[in-house]
Amino acid sequence: MRNKLATKLLFELSEPGRRGAVFPHSDVPNRSLDELMPPDQLMSDPLELPELSEPEIVRHYDNLSTLNMSVDTHFYPLGSCTMKYNPKRHERLASLAGLADLHPYQVEEDLQGILQILYEMQEMLAEISGLSAVSLQPAAGAHGELTALLVAAAFFRDRGESRSKVLFPSSAHGTNPASAATAGFDCVQLQGNKQGRVDLDELQSHLDGQTAVFMITNPNTLGLFECEIAEICRLMHDVGGLVYVDGANLNAILGITRPGDFGADMMHFNVHKTFTGPHGAGGPGAGPIAVRADLADYLPAPVIAKTQRPTVTRYHLETPQQSIGRIRGFLCNVGILLRGYCYLRTLGAKGLCDVSENAVLNANYLKATLKDVLPVPHGELCMHEFVASAQNLQEERGISAMDIAKRLLDYGFHAPTVYFPLVVPEAMMIEPTETESKETLDAFGDAIHEIVREDAEFLHNAPYHTPISRPNDVQAARKPILRWTRPLNQ
Amino acid sequence: MAYLFNTAKQQRAMLQTIGVDSISDLFNQVPEQLRLKRPLDLPPPLSEIELEAHLRECAGRNVGGSSRACMQGGGVYDHFIPAVVDEIASRGEFYTAYTPYQAEASQGSLQAFFEYQTLICQLTGMDVSNASLYEGGTSVSEAALMAMRATQRREKIVILGSVHPEYREVVETYLSHLDCEIVVVSTPEGTVDLANVEAALDDRTACLIVQQPNFFGCLEDACRLTDIAHRYGALSVVSFDPISLGLLKRPGDFGADIAVAEGQPLGIPMQYGGPFLGILACRQNFVRQMPGRLIGQTIDRNGERCFVLNLQAREQHIRREKATSNICTNQGLLALRATVYLALLGKVGLKEVAELCCRKAHYAAEQLSTIDGVELMFDRPFFKEFSLRIRNGKLDEVLRNARCDGFDLGPTLRHFQSFATQFGKASEEGVLVAVTEKRTRDDIDRLVRSLRKSVLGL
Repeated sequence: MRNKLATKLLFELSEPGRRGAVFPHSDVPNRSLDELMPPDQLMSDPLELPELSEPEIVRHYDNLSTLNMSVDTHFYPLGSCTMKYNPKRHERLASLAGLADLHPYQVEEDLQGILQILYEMQEMLAEISGLSAVSLQPAAGAHGELTALLVAAAFFRDRGESRSKVLFPSSAHGTNPASAATAGFDCVQLQGNKQGRVDLDELQSHLDGQTAVFMITNPNTLGLFECEIAEICRLMHDVGGLVYVDGANLNAILGITRPGDFGADMMHFNVHKTFTGPHGAGGPGAGPIAVRADLADYLPAPVIAKTQRPTVTRYHLETPQQSIGRIRGFLCNVGILLRGYCYLRTLGAKGLCDVSENAVLNANYLKATLKDVLPVPHGELCMHEFVASAQNLQEERGISAMDIAKRLLDYGFHAPTVYFPLVVPEAMMIEPTETESKETLDAFGDAIHEIVREDAEFLHNAPYHTPISRPNDVQAARKPILRWTRPLNQ
Repeated sequence: MAYLFNTAKQQRAMLQTIGVDSISDLFNQVPEQLRLKRPLDLPPPLSEIELEAHLRECAGRNVGGSSRACMQGGGVYDHFIPAVVDEIASRGEFYTAYTPYQAEASQGSLQAFFEYQTLICQLTGMDVSNASLYEGGTSVSEAALMAMRATQRREKIVILGSVHPEYREVVETYLSHLDCEIVVVSTPEGTVDLANVEAALDDRTACLIVQQPNFFGCLEDACRLTDIAHRYGALSVVSFDPISLGLLKRPGDFGADIAVAEGQPLGIPMQYGGPFLGILACRQNFVRQMPGRLIGQTIDRNGERCFVLNLQAREQHIRREKATSNICTNQGLLALRATVYLALLGKVGLKEVAELCCRKAHYAAEQLSTIDGVELMFDRPFFKEFSLRIRNGKLDEVLRNARCDGFDLGPTLRHFQSFATQFGKASEEGVLVAVTEKRTRDDIDRLVRSLRKSVLGL
């Protein structure tokens, strides 16, 4: 049974005089605060914060957590997000004393263990990408995109070139154009061909001395490998431009093919996706980037370097010569990179290949079991994910992708990504990941088959068994309530 | 095979359903000549036992908090983290969920983030908080960009030299491609001279960025600085220490327009620099210029109160190149930690922690300054952190001995190149000392003995 108190807000549970944490009395001379600090800098009213006891806070959040669907509790085929199992060992290891309690300004001689781990992480990511230099700094994928574009801008500036255009396919993640704009580039969107891939003629028509970077996701957001990627890279290089790979879909090609080998110059990794971050209800992530050798000097400061002498190996922080500067405070999202490190050390080369093979197998199997009701407009086979269309169901029965997504929640499955990418009408982007069994995929397929037989009117009001149903987004946007405020009568 | 469990028999059945003979047939889209023809050159796989032994061995080559008292500052602090924070953040239902796109499947996260936004508003006295950014430095940068949009002034910002040097560098990087002048007002006395700020501002200035308490631990006159900024039509951006708001006036109280912070002190482990929490809150009229996610309250089909991602028309997945920021994944789990931390401490607890830090820091500063050749670098009010000057070229030795005696101090001012110009030779002798509620009088007394010994060359 659900605890109804759980959906009260902290502030509604608050009771004057209650408290959670208790701290020791001061053991130093108790001087008046007015003596220590200028009185006009001190706050005049008591804090506004709520007053709660420890047990009720625990109950509140434990109950709230049960209102979530998560990878630990449910199949979560949210396309483009790689919601794979998050190994529990990583949580324990990342919190070890000697790792979780290090201050970023300690001296390097006291940090040799963590610096070694991070250095090895750089090396492993370089090997997986086929590129030569890595920066661990970016905090998430979008931050990696921005960083790499700033690297590209500095590279062009040094060569005396002013290139203003960043190209990307219309199926690109929204972060691609947003990052390009943040880095000061003009955005050029390419429509793509009927097969759902980059149209080489269209690409060529946009290439000139102003072209800076082509941002491409490979496999792309339709779950298709851009099989002409080598030619795409050649065309870009011919006009002096660079190719950036959005690594959101790396889970499909680990150890199979490498961005550096197919001609990419820069890429980012989503450690929270591909290397089991975990996702943390929306973050933290880690979005390290890899670049080719002649871009290494522009990476943000600092990078981790190794000095090897006959008897002693030392790790230290270094600023690349032409560095674009800092892109965040302190080093990087160490805690997430540690988990990624643990993952790579657990799997090794063969294990990573197995990941991609099984991710692709699971996606194709699910695609095959759904093809009679949810056809996939692009591609016979898919990579690690596929984009099905509910357009027929919508036209013939009035059942939308959103209806199916919402009803799936009743069946105990998280919804796929819907209405993205925009190039597929009534899109349902489904990424099962490799850490799901055939049994789970079959159950999900059965649920979809049952749902599409249900009455359209009934589906418009789904879900029925979730804590809430069909929130009023329009009202939320029209009169935004973004914080709790005390009711007037209290 | 780690974390995989389809058997060979199941795989064959699946391939049959798909209609191909082998797994390698599934990869036909990848041209043969692009395939990697060798295994990746990675270290061999480790079992859980081996992995744990390896990580423990590496951790053992770091010197962490169990063997040394951390009195380091510079934006990251060793505050106490109550067990409840770890316990709740370890719930798989929270940490293995993602961005709450499906409100019906995410009310737990959404409500917690709505509570976070409210707590940050209460803490800062601002009207609106977003649901988190990456960390302090990028938050300051996003605030600068936001101020440029809000004021439509894109030519100039002013930032105090007492703002964290790394944050200033991040701002420079973020603005590097814009034709925007970044004027740094230096602070040779530890805090800024108001007349110099006045001289730097003009009616082209988008914002004045102030850190309170500043990087050296000193209190700026944030209230008057805000007034001066407003006089020129510039926004006042204040980067604050969340713990200090247990005692100090809130940014909202003195009229700041955008308040940003590194949220690490709110229940987040130091973990060598991240992941941390970027806090950004502002006044109501700037809400549509805010970067990042916002959670809003609404009602569902049955009239029940519920929470959703709101005002998404600002965000990259809707607006693409016209978005207010490129941020997508944020720092949700850290926002949850801060929420639980603030809920646990509450009205009384945060004040107590702030008072403990303040009293202990002043005790430490007083005792340390009794040592010959050791003095406070700046004669300015401070909160929990202060700059110590150690004369006669003894700084290195003092810090080394302190480490041997179980204390980490720092960072040194010379760690940051930009201070050499602000302070000249003095930057060679300065080091930050931060004192949190975790330090005891005994710790402080032992530190004083350690320093005295070093300075006297005993």
